[in-house]
Amino acid sequence: MNLTGLTIDAARAAISQGKTSALALAEAFYAKIDSDDPKIGAYLILSKERGLEKASEIDRLAKEDDKLPPLAGVPVAIKDVMVTKGVRTTAGSKILGNYVPPYDCTAVVRLEAAGAVVLGKLNCDEFAMGSSNENSAFKPVHNPRDLSRVPGGSSGGSAAAIAADMAVAALGSDTGGSIRQPASFCGLVGLKPTYGRVSRYGLIAFASSLDHIGPLTKTVKDAAIVLRTIAGRDPMDSTSAELPVPDYVAELDKPVKGLKIGVAKEYFGEGLEAETRSAIETAIQKFAAMGCEIVNVSLPHTKYAIPAYYLVATAEASSNLARFDGVRYGLRVKGARSLSDMYRRTRDEGFGAEVKRRIMLGTYALSAGYCDAYYLKAQRVRTLLTGDFEDAFKKVDLIVGPTCPTPAFKLGEKVDDPLAMYLADIYTVTANLAGIPGISIPVGKSKDNLPIGMQIFGKHFDESTILRAAHAYEKAA
Amino acid sequence: MKVTEKDVAYVADLSNLELGEDERARMVRDLNSILGHVDTLNELDTADVPPMAQVSDRYGVDESKQGSERFAYSSREDVLEGLRKSFTPDVALANSPDADNTFFKVPKVIER
Repeated sequence: MNLTGLTIDAARAAISQGKTSALALAEAFYAKIDSDDPKIGAYLILSKERGLEKASEIDRLAKEDDKLPPLAGVPVAIKDVMVTKGVRTTAGSKILGNYVPPYDCTAVVRLEAAGAVVLGKLNCDEFAMGSSNENSAFKPVHNPRDLSRVPGGSSGGSAAAIAADMAVAALGSDTGGSIRQPASFCGLVGLKPTYGRVSRYGLIAFASSLDHIGPLTKTVKDAAIVLRTIAGRDPMDSTSAELPVPDYVAELDKPVKGLKIGVAKEYFGEGLEAETRSAIETAIQKFAAMGCEIVNVSLPHTKYAIPAYYLVATAEASSNLARFDGVRYGLRVKGARSLSDMYRRTRDEGFGAEVKRRIMLGTYALSAGYCDAYYLKAQRVRTLLTGDFEDAFKKVDLIVGPTCPTPAFKLGEKVDDPLAMYLADIYTVTANLAGIPGISIPVGKSKDNLPIGMQIFGKHFDESTILRAAHAYEKAA
Repeated sequence: MKVTEKDVAYVADLSNLELGEDERARMVRDLNSILGHVDTLNELDTADVPPMAQVSDRYGVDESKQGSERFAYSSREDVLEGLRKSFTPDVALANSPDADNTFFKVPKVIER
């Protein structure tokens, strides 16, 4: 049995049937990480003590009781923007290089309560700001499908770890596409739930109105299992919704025949690479063959999404990152002449170039004289973009399109052109602004053998229909 | 050029960033490139469009649920139940670069 290639159900079954133990499974993953991760760079920190203790607990449980929790002994890994009590958490930043949190992120608590074994913390762009994982302060991540290419970002470590069989499932965070884009680049399933579906408590904040936690997995069913586990009201996050969590797994096999699937012309315009376009069009044909009704819709404000997004996201980031000041945690430079001098030099040394750029842009957009022209304008455009989806969802159940304009690009290809990097987020930022759920699933390969991802959007809190359609596609493909 | 070196110096000051000379020059270039693209927003007449700070602005919270009732955000009761307990001082101070047993320590604030 190839222990590191298992899905969630297969891993749990192997443990409950005594084919392996949770401890042996965790050890197999740590061995795989030791041998393969040096050339990939997915992990920043291993939480061996915590992981092996949990695995032993599951093994004790397996001996006593045949009813194991749904993720019993399943090795998972966590993007290093979610705090873990007693396990160093860096957000990919030098400024938090030595931070050991005194509390746990709710999503992590819920995974462990369901029996999951946390192997470690995954590399990412600094404070989740980036689309290539090249903004990590510690090391870049290489795409396991082609080591000369980026894994995507900002949850690049999460995607690379799953693609390279170094965890069964991972948590990522998505502020403008940071789960879906790396899932697309690495040939995985990546789900950004509805805003409010999953608690953000313990997620180190980038842009609070846009940040989401969600799974990266090998199969749609695994994504449904993880979402079912982490979703639901949390008193520690007042924006988490007081809504019952459906059994996403039970609903996977409901028929898709008759679903109305929207195709927005704005997602097939200039900039979309021909191979990606053709892979998405073929996938849409498959949905038609399964009895779905394909309907043309329009999301007319799409071309304004990137500028609106980068103003809102950076404005919120400039405020959220003000807390990193060298006083309560993290880096502090030595030899400062005064408090103000200490703040400035600490932040100068602790933050990388992209984070500084975003703090500067956000501060500029919020500053006196510019706030109405930039931040407020962007908020008004956010209303228009959200309205686009409302109008479209009056006619259809789902909307499909490409996740990214191109497959994974080369390391170093875009680092000197921040605007070009931002523009590639065109198809993903809209769901964050509107708060709707979106999933990326693999639908083909380019001639260079690089994965291509298709995105499926749904109505607010309708993850069930997204997952059902994605599952049906996965089975048919 | 919308953003000048002087603007960058001013915004760096507001942001509590120092920025070296090279970084400032690059910041002028990058901010102008990005804000040049942002100008496309001016094609839209948004005078009558309400701003949206977050999703709940549009879909309501508490009693004011509008449109989609499914957005059932709410403020919580002001009780500790279900919430994390406050940290003890030693836990709260454990990550500080400089602290004694009770306080965070910082360089002097008032110049004489």
